[in-house]
Amino acid sequence: MTSQVGSGFEKSARSRIQRGFGEKFSAFSADRMALVSAVFLFAVGMLVLLAPILDIQDPYEAVKSMRNAPPATAEFLLGADGHGRDVLSRMIWGGRVSLLIGILPTVSAMVISLFLGIIAAYWGGWFDILIMRSLDVLFAFPLVLLAIAIAGVMEPGVVTEILAITIILIPYISRLVRTSTLSVITQPYIEAARAGGAGSTILIFRFILPNMIAPVIVYATTLIGLMIVVGSGLSFLGLGVQPPVADWGDMVSEGRVVLRKAPHVTLFPGLAILFVSLAFNYVGDGLQNVLNPKSAKR
Amino acid sequence: MFRYIISRLIAVIPVLFGVSLIIFLLVHFAPGDATLKLLGPMASDESREMLRRTLGLDKPVYVQYVKWFGEVLKGNFGTSIATSLPVLDLVIPRFINTVILTIPSLVLALWIGFFVGMFAAAKPFSLFDRIGMSFTLLLGSTPPFWFGLMLVLFFALNWRIFPATGMVSMRGDGGVLDILHHLVLPAITTAAAPAAIITRMVRSSMLDILSQDFIKVARAKGVSQRMILWKHALRNAMPPIATITGLQLGYLLGGALFTEVVFAWPGLGNQLYYAIVARDLPVVQAAVLLIALSFVLVNLLTDILNAYLDPKIRVG
Repeated sequence: MTSQVGSGFEKSARSRIQRGFGEKFSAFSADRMALVSAVFLFAVGMLVLLAPILDIQDPYEAVKSMRNAPPATAEFLLGADGHGRDVLSRMIWGGRVSLLIGILPTVSAMVISLFLGIIAAYWGGWFDILIMRSLDVLFAFPLVLLAIAIAGVMEPGVVTEILAITIILIPYISRLVRTSTLSVITQPYIEAARAGGAGSTILIFRFILPNMIAPVIVYATTLIGLMIVVGSGLSFLGLGVQPPVADWGDMVSEGRVVLRKAPHVTLFPGLAILFVSLAFNYVGDGLQNVLNPKSAKR
Repeated sequence: MFRYIISRLIAVIPVLFGVSLIIFLLVHFAPGDATLKLLGPMASDESREMLRRTLGLDKPVYVQYVKWFGEVLKGNFGTSIATSLPVLDLVIPRFINTVILTIPSLVLALWIGFFVGMFAAAKPFSLFDRIGMSFTLLLGSTPPFWFGLMLVLFFALNWRIFPATGMVSMRGDGGVLDILHHLVLPAITTAAAPAAIITRMVRSSMLDILSQDFIKVARAKGVSQRMILWKHALRNAMPPIATITGLQLGYLLGGALFTEVVFAWPGLGNQLYYAIVARDLPVVQAAVLLIALSFVLVNLLTDILNAYLDPKIRVG
C-alpha cells in the first residue's frame, strides 16, 4: 500500500526544509543581524556548556576582602558581588540554568503542542472543540501572571520554573500548530497522498508535519528569547533556583542590595539576559526569511 | 452592534467559570497542608482531622469548588492566613493602587507608540525609522525588573531626581503631585515593553494602509501629507492598534508585578508576591482571580471597541 506513494508525490510533498542546506545557509546569512546573533549564541552556548572544564574561579567561593570589588580588580574580570564571589564566573555557571529555563520548556511545549494541535486539526470535530476550548481558558490569563501563580504555589526550584513555563506556552503554540496544520491539510498533495493509500501515520509524519512546522519553529525560536526573560523574572522573585546556585535573574536580585556601591553586580547579568534574548529574536527573524521567503522583511 | 455586545457577553460566561475553576484547582493542589499551617506543626492528628472537617476539606473536590465559588459570588474571599484580615479588604485598595500605576503607564506607552510609530511609517526605511525600530526592539527585550533597577540607579540613587520606592513620601502630603513624582520611574519601567509593541503595531498597520489605493487618490487630489497621515490613514489603521492596546492593558495588569516589587509600589502585584512568599494562599487566590477577571473584562471591552471601529467584525 505505502509503496504506491511514489517518488513523484514524495518529491513534491517534501518540505522546503529538506532542500539544499547550502541554499538555506546563504538565505540565513543574508540577514547580517541573524548571522551575528547565531554566532553569538553559539559562543555563549559553548561557554556555558564548557564551564566545568574552563579555568575560571569557583562561583561559590566568597573572598571576604574582595566584596563588591569593581570590574578589572585582580582576577575578578567583571568584579565581585556582595559576598566576594566572582561575577563573571557566576554568570557563566548561572548561564547554564538561565538558558535551560529558556530552552527546555519552549522545546517541550512545542512537542506537546505539535501533538495537540495536529490531532485537533486532523481529527476535527468534538476533539478539536474539546482541546481548543480547554486551552482557551488558559488564554484568559496574562502570560507572566499565570507563570508566577503556578510557580508560586509549588515548591521553588528549577523543575517548578520549567513546568510553569511549559504549561503557559502550550495554548499559544497549539493555536499556531492548529492553524498551520489546517492550511496544509487542505492542500491538493495531501488529498493525492491519501488517494495513493497513505495511512494516517504516514500522512501526518511524512506529509503534514514537515510542511506545517516552519512557522512553528520560527515562533518557538522567538519564544525562547522571551522565556529567558520570563524565567529570569521568576528567578528574580525567588521562585527558581535556590542559593547558593544562582542564575542571571537571581544575580540581578542579589545585586539589588548593593545597587549603589556595586552596580556592576546587577548590570552584567541583566545585560546578559538582554543580549541573549535579543539574539534569539534576531535568529528567529532570520529563520523566518529562510523558511518562508515570501514574508521576508524589506 | 447591540447584538454583537450581547453575544460577546454570553461567550464570556464559560470563560469566567473556567478561570475560577483553574484558580481554585491551582491552590487546591498546591503542596502543603492547610491544617498544619493553621494549627502549627505540634498539632495532634485528631485536632487536624477536626479542623479538616470544619473547613470542609474532607469533601470531594467539586463540592469544595462549588462552595468556594458560592462564597466568592457573595464577595467572601476568605481570611488572610498572614494577617487574619478579610481578604477582600486587603485586596481592593491594592487593586486601586495598581490601576493608578497602570493607566498612566498605558497612556505613556500609547504616546510613545503613536508618535514614534507614525513618524516611522511616514518615512519608512529612513534613519529615524531604522533607529526607532532598533530602539523599540531593545526596549521590548529588556527584562523589566532589571530596567527598573537601572532607572533607580541613575535617577534615584546617583542623581536624586526621583524617589526610589513607594507611592507617597513618608513626610510628604500624599497629594496628587507627590504620587505623580513617585509615579515617573515606575511608569517608564512598566510602559517600556508595551511601548515597543505598540510602536511596531502602529508602524506596521499604517504602512499597510498607506500602500492602499484610496491613499493614492487622496494624494492625487492634493491632500496634505499631514491630513493623510492623521486623518485618513489613522482612522483605518485603528482596529489592529486597538486590539494590541487592549492586550497590552491586560498584560500591564499582570506584568506590573515586577515594577511593583522593584519600586515597592503598594499594588496588587506586590501583594500577590508577598502572599506567595508567605504562602498566604487565600490572598494568592483572590489576587490572581481579580487580575484575571480584569484581563477578561479588558479583552471584552477591546473586542467591543474593535467592532465599533471596524464594522466588518460585527457581521462575521
